[in-house]
Amino acid sequence: MAEAYNDRVVRQFAVMTVVWGLVGMLVGVLIAAQMAWPALNFDIPWLTFSRLRPLHTNAVIFAFGGCALFATSYYVVQRTCHARLYSDKLAAFTFWGWQAVIVAAAITLPLGITSSKEYAELEWPIDILITLVWVGYAIVFFGTLAKRKVAHIYVANWFFGAFILAIAVLHVFNNLEVPVSWTKSYSIYAGVQDAMMQWWYGHNAVGFFLTAGFLGIMYYFIPKQAERPVYSYRLSVVHFWGLVFTYIWAGPHHLHYTALPDWAQSLGMVFSLILLAPSWGGMINGIMTLSGAWQKLRTDPILKFLVVSVSFYGMATFEGPMMSIKTVNALSHYTDWTIGHVHAGALGWVAMISIGAMYFLIPRLFNRKLYSLKLVETHFWVATVGIVLYIAAMWIAGVMQGLMWRAVNADGTLTYSFVESVQAMYPFYIVRTLGGVCFFAGMVIMAYNLWRTVVGAQPVAVAIPAPAQ
Amino acid sequence: MTDFTSGFWTWFIIIPTLAGIVGLFWLNRWMAAPRRKGEEETTGHVWDEDLRELNNPLPRWWLNLFYLTLVFGLVYLVLYPGLGTVAGVLGWTQQGQYEKEIAQADKRYGALYEKYLSQDLRVVAANAEATKTGERLFVNYCTGCHGSDARGGPGFPNLRDSDWLWGGTPEAIEATILNGRQGAMPAWGAVLGREGVHSVAEYVLSLSGKRTVNQTAAAAGKQKFQQLCVACHGPEGKGNTAVGAPNLTDDVWLYGGTQQAVMESIEKGRRGQMPAHRDFLGEAKVHVVAAYVYSLSPPPAPAPKVAASSKP
Repeated sequence: MAEAYNDRVVRQFAVMTVVWGLVGMLVGVLIAAQMAWPALNFDIPWLTFSRLRPLHTNAVIFAFGGCALFATSYYVVQRTCHARLYSDKLAAFTFWGWQAVIVAAAITLPLGITSSKEYAELEWPIDILITLVWVGYAIVFFGTLAKRKVAHIYVANWFFGAFILAIAVLHVFNNLEVPVSWTKSYSIYAGVQDAMMQWWYGHNAVGFFLTAGFLGIMYYFIPKQAERPVYSYRLSVVHFWGLVFTYIWAGPHHLHYTALPDWAQSLGMVFSLILLAPSWGGMINGIMTLSGAWQKLRTDPILKFLVVSVSFYGMATFEGPMMSIKTVNALSHYTDWTIGHVHAGALGWVAMISIGAMYFLIPRLFNRKLYSLKLVETHFWVATVGIVLYIAAMWIAGVMQGLMWRAVNADGTLTYSFVESVQAMYPFYIVRTLGGVCFFAGMVIMAYNLWRTVVGAQPVAVAIPAPAQ
Repeated sequence: MTDFTSGFWTWFIIIPTLAGIVGLFWLNRWMAAPRRKGEEETTGHVWDEDLRELNNPLPRWWLNLFYLTLVFGLVYLVLYPGLGTVAGVLGWTQQGQYEKEIAQADKRYGALYEKYLSQDLRVVAANAEATKTGERLFVNYCTGCHGSDARGGPGFPNLRDSDWLWGGTPEAIEATILNGRQGAMPAWGAVLGREGVHSVAEYVLSLSGKRTVNQTAAAAGKQKFQQLCVACHGPEGKGNTAVGAPNLTDDVWLYGGTQQAVMESIEKGRRGQMPAHRDFLGEAKVHVVAAYVYSLSPPPAPAPKVAASSKP
């Protein structure tokens, strides 16, 4: 018998994508509700916003998003290389290792064990485990790439590869720290250098983890689901190199008007603006791949997820460069506008494309037909309404905060005290919670639909076909 | 600007920045070149049975957008600081922008506050417009500790009662805001032991006269009190505004008046800190805030003893 693909590890990661998606988004709904009704922390330390917020971000980015990336990259690299994963054992290690990281995060963060760096809160023993898993991931991915049967490397793999390499570098250098006990360490950087390292990491967690990786997903699943060729190879080349080169510079826009030197702030802003075109290159390539197949959007809800996610990607990557302009940032910084922007990307782009990819993958991985396409359609609309409620509420809230904070009386004093601006947020925090509830409800529908799809299924090994060339 | 240890670092920034922008420009030019004769519409690559790529040209509007951002970037880096130590043609710095805005605000609003500064605090406190301004300053700078209603909280004094740690005359209040205060209650746990702490607490609680206390313990506590506590709190426990020692006979408790809280104060000590606002707000604004705070509390019946050090 011909060699078969390793779909076991893909199946494992795909199932956990749905599970962690449910968990992470449920925590998100809870902390959104706490913003409107603070009593919901029940005066229990483990349930306070300060501890659950990093749990939410870690769960949705690294557990939900991470599992989606592992699942899709392992699937795609095998299919587009016509080769089985480089090492089954190492692939299994990355699965169990990554789940261990997630469980460790879910225990330590509510206990208040944190290095206090945003999106890098996990303490040093977990950081080391992440590093080991990541090295294993890189070996499996690039090892598979090395034994590919087709000469040319498919564009999705450029993005997955860039994501794996960049995250390795970012994770290691931002988490250089001096341990003082098993549960506490201090960053080796001090003051503004620490802030700069943190946002160099932070923005590229967005740029490489949440963007490059998910562009890899886009480049495989949109052409597959639409059954159309990728729109433009040249555009792939320009926007890939443009994106990976430019993102690495953009971090300082998180530190406008701070102790960071002027020159670093300016470079951060300039390259954030230059990032607009490379980002939109990805959007164009994704959406234009549908040309000649637009009618499929009407009948195929999976394609709807994929294409709408790319539209949100385009929107968020327009908003980002605008917010990096100092004048705009002076208004938007520290407001809920930032939270809205992040969720336009996180819900609209990252979650929607992952959901589309899971609807594509999971039935195939379990050798079953999807239980209900109607439920996918329902999920799509519930999720879309949720996102719109969320980001609209945060836009209004953010701009209102920014304007209230800078409003000045005739005597030169500030018109509003801080607490008045907090009070003004109340209705928007309720609408935001409602948006979150909608999005979470969609995930529940998805979990039910996929459960009915796979229950009792007997997966079969898929033989590797000979390359077409 | 002393961001760099040597001139090398400026070039370390300039060269990759400019090379990056030129490189992106060159990448675009290269990929935007028209298709060569005979070049296929697709790249000819096929993966996973049916994955193919077209080779459509870069959209013109997109390419122009890309060029536009590159040109904007270069122009911005000429005008503003960005290329290492190169200052930028406009000479802009965030420090300069801040100072300019402060100078503008001072010019615009300064006269208003100067007017009040030359008036006695009691006169300012009676001026409704001035106290309105004072309240606005208060809700922005003082509520973090003293609360929106100025009634304070555990460790932070209530400013609406007539009990003053450092003196309640307008001048004393102004001195408190201008220069800040450091309240220090030493820790007596090691000296007194647990038993001693308990008996002193019983005595202290008996001073405000409203509670039933263990008389034996209070009597023992009185002796200790007369040795250890009189220096600051006085022989009658009425406190001393010169050192910020609270009056212990008035049943107003900064850190709580339960037996447990009082014992904790004695055992572990307390540190109170009112930050100085002279440099932060300037004397003129502090004058208005002081008048507002003075206006909040009812004038005390007997004139409080004003500490010598708190007279400006």
